[in-house]
Parts: sequence; structure tokens; C-alpha cells
Amino acid sequence: MIALLLRDLRLSVRAGGGFGLGLAFFLIVTVLVPFGVGPETGLLSKIAPGVLWIGALLACLLSLDRIFALDWEDGSLDLLATAPLPMEGIVSIKALAHWITTGLPLVLAAPVLGVLLSLPEGGYLWVVISLALGTPALSVIGTFGAALTVGLKRGGLLMSLLVLPLYVPTLIFGAEVARRGADGLAVETPLLMLAGISFGAMAILPFASAAVLRINLR
Amino acid sequence: MSIWEYANPVKFIRTTDRLLPWLSAGAVLCLVFGLVWGFFFTPDDFRQGSTVKIIYLHVPSALMAINAWLMMLVASLIWIVRRHHVSALAARAAAPIGATMTIIALATGAIWGQPMWGTWWAWDPRLTSFLILFLFYLGYMALWSAIDDDDTAADLTSILCLVGSVFALLSRYAVNFWNQGLHQGASLSLDKEENVADVFWYPLLVCIGGFVLLFIALVFLRTQTEIRARRSRALLARERAV
Repeated sequence: MIALLLRDLRLSVRAGGGFGLGLAFFLIVTVLVPFGVGPETGLLSKIAPGVLWIGALLACLLSLDRIFALDWEDGSLDLLATAPLPMEGIVSIKALAHWITTGLPLVLAAPVLGVLLSLPEGGYLWVVISLALGTPALSVIGTFGAALTVGLKRGGLLMSLLVLPLYVPTLIFGAEVARRGADGLAVETPLLMLAGISFGAMAILPFASAAVLRINLR
Repeated sequence: MSIWEYANPVKFIRTTDRLLPWLSAGAVLCLVFGLVWGFFFTPDDFRQGSTVKIIYLHVPSALMAINAWLMMLVASLIWIVRRHHVSALAARAAAPIGATMTIIALATGAIWGQPMWGTWWAWDPRLTSFLILFLFYLGYMALWSAIDDDDTAADLTSILCLVGSVFALLSRYAVNFWNQGLHQGASLSLDKEENVADVFWYPLLVCIGGFVLLFIALVFLRTQTEIRARRSRALLARERAV
């Protein structure tokens, strides 16, 4: 399992792996927002937590089709499926690799981009915490979507249609934590809900993704 | 005699053929009777005026939009567990109907909301969760049509339906948390004191019955069509092979 994780990480970091693309996309989205809504500091600091969350979500979505597509094309997914590792394990490792290469950089970059959006003082900590809790859920849910559409040509658009509605609860609670944190309100309730969704998705969805992947590899 | 006999497509088509005229006639009768009764023979509400009458379309369609998804969930489970093709096809047949019901509910709600709330749309929990439900329907139908192999498509969509149900339910309660409602609370519950008045309640019941019958008739009809389409495709393939 660790070998698989290292292999996935290495593949994504080296040339053509698309590492950093998600991060660059996140940067561009947050830079574009002030052009769209105007540069007033008050407005920007009000919407900053939500914009950071939407940006992270879209950046996550952008890199989802990389989870299985390359392995599907060169046949290594079939090899993995016949390996002694259970499919659920493979799927979880893939999701973890996706989170390390996409989610974690987003979490680390969020405070820097928060400066650009004049995020209120108290918001930084909660934006980072909410993203750190929420992005694993995004990766796991996204892995399910990627597994659903793995064999399809032009599956990317379909995958966004399938995955985005599934992202709704995570986004609601994640953005709520960040918003309340920025406003200096109590964050416990949404934080607990976000953690619940995240851990629940991690516990249950790998089984669904593995079942879907098995069907697709049939 | 068990219910699983109807998993045989021939038997299913024969039985539904016999039931369809009755169901359709019942649906038409209930809808015409209920709507005419509701629209012309009930008093105007003293605050809402005649706009209250959109309830006869809004409530039944919203009810069926949710029940259609429930039916798809049950049919998907049956497909996963017992692998009866009719069940998978019935789930597929129900999706566009459910999506249409969702649109009807959203549209009638908007038409009512314009004079009453002064806005076509508000990010109210119920409205929002219906919009999300509509997105789920769209994704489900898109996945069905994107995959060529019928069995693979049935497998994938049924798992999507299961996962989607969990997340739709989560979203339903998450949006409650996210925004306070403008939509009125439940007023048709059987166990509450304060409900909609009986003058509106009886024609509404008839309309709900009409929508249920309409839904069942449409699902039967569309499932039959799917079965026949698949059969003709199989015949064509066999002919080409010879």
C-alpha cells in the first residue's frame, strides 16, 4: 500500500503529472474574483471565506480525472485490480494521494490567498482548519466520481455534473465554519458537522468507489 | 405466487398492459375532477386570494418528485440484490418523470412566490434542496445515457442512486442549517392540530391521488418502452450476426 502511495505521489510530482496545476488554478480563481466583484475591501473580506472554499473545491474538481485516467489508459489499473490488495484499499490510497498532491497544497496556500482577499484577522485559522477537515472529503467523494466515469471518453464534464451535487453538504458546513470564524462567532456546530461528513465519507465511500471500479473493469 | 414473477419482462408487459388503461383513466379522472373542484369550487383564501389554488399542482408534484427518487432507490436496490432487468429499467424510466415533477414544483412555487413573497426565488432550504434534487436527477440521467453497455450502466447508476440518496438527505438537512426558511412548514401532517382547512384538503387529496396514478401509469408505460426497445435492439443484433 505504501509502495502504491509513493508511486502515485512520484508520478504526480514528476513531469506531466499536473502537480501544482490545481494550486495555480486556485490562485487564478481567487485573483479573478476581485475583478468580478470590484476591489472594495469591505465586500472582499465579507466574501473571502466563501471564495476560498469555492476556489479550493473547483481546483479539487479539476484534478479529479487524473486519479484513474492515466492508470486506466496504460492498463496499470487492471494490474492493480488483480493485485492481492483489496480494491477498497487501492481506492483509499488513490484518494489519499490525490489529497496530498491537491488538497494539502490548497490548505497551505489558502492563508496566502486570504491576504489578497483581505480576509479578517480571526479568519485565517478557521479557513485553514475547515479546509484541512473538508478537503479529504472532497478527495474521497471525487474519487467516487472519478471511478464512476473512468471508462468514458469525455467523462470530465459528466463527472463534474455527478460530483458537484455531492459536494454540497461539505461546502455548506466548510464555508460556514470559515465564515463564522472570520466573523468571530462560535464555530463548534458546523465544525463538528464538517468533521462528521468528512470522516463518514472516508469510512463509507471507498466501498462504493471500489464497487463501481470493479464494475467498470469487468 | 410471488411479486418476483413480475420480474419476467413478458409477464410484466402482459400485466401492465391490462392495468394501464385503468390507471390512465383513473389518473385523468382524478386530475380533471380534483383540479376543476380545486380551481372553481373552493373559496379564495382570505389572505392569499386566488393564488392559493396553485397548491393543487404544487404539492402533488413536489410529493411525487421525492417519491420518484424513493422509487428509483428501491428499484436500484432490487437490481443490485436480485438483478432483475425490469427493475433497473423501471428506475431508468422513473428518472425523467421525477425530474419533470421537480421542475413543475419549482416553477409553480416561483409563480406563487412572485405575488406572495415578492420574489421568484429565495435561497430557502426547501427550494434549495429541491434544486439540488433536480441536479441529482440530471446527473443520474446523464450517467445512464453516457454508458453504452446496458448492464454496466444499470450497475453504475444504481450505486450512484444509493450514494446520491445519502448525500441528498445530507444536503436536505445541511441547507436547513445554512439559511432560515421562507417556505411555510408542513401543513398536511396527519398528526398535527393546525392543518390546511378541509375545503382545500379534500380536492388536494384527489389531486395527489391523480398524480400518484399518473406517475405509476407513466412509469409502466416507459418501462414497457424500454423493454421493447431493448428487445428490438437484440433482434437487430441477432439479424446482423446471421
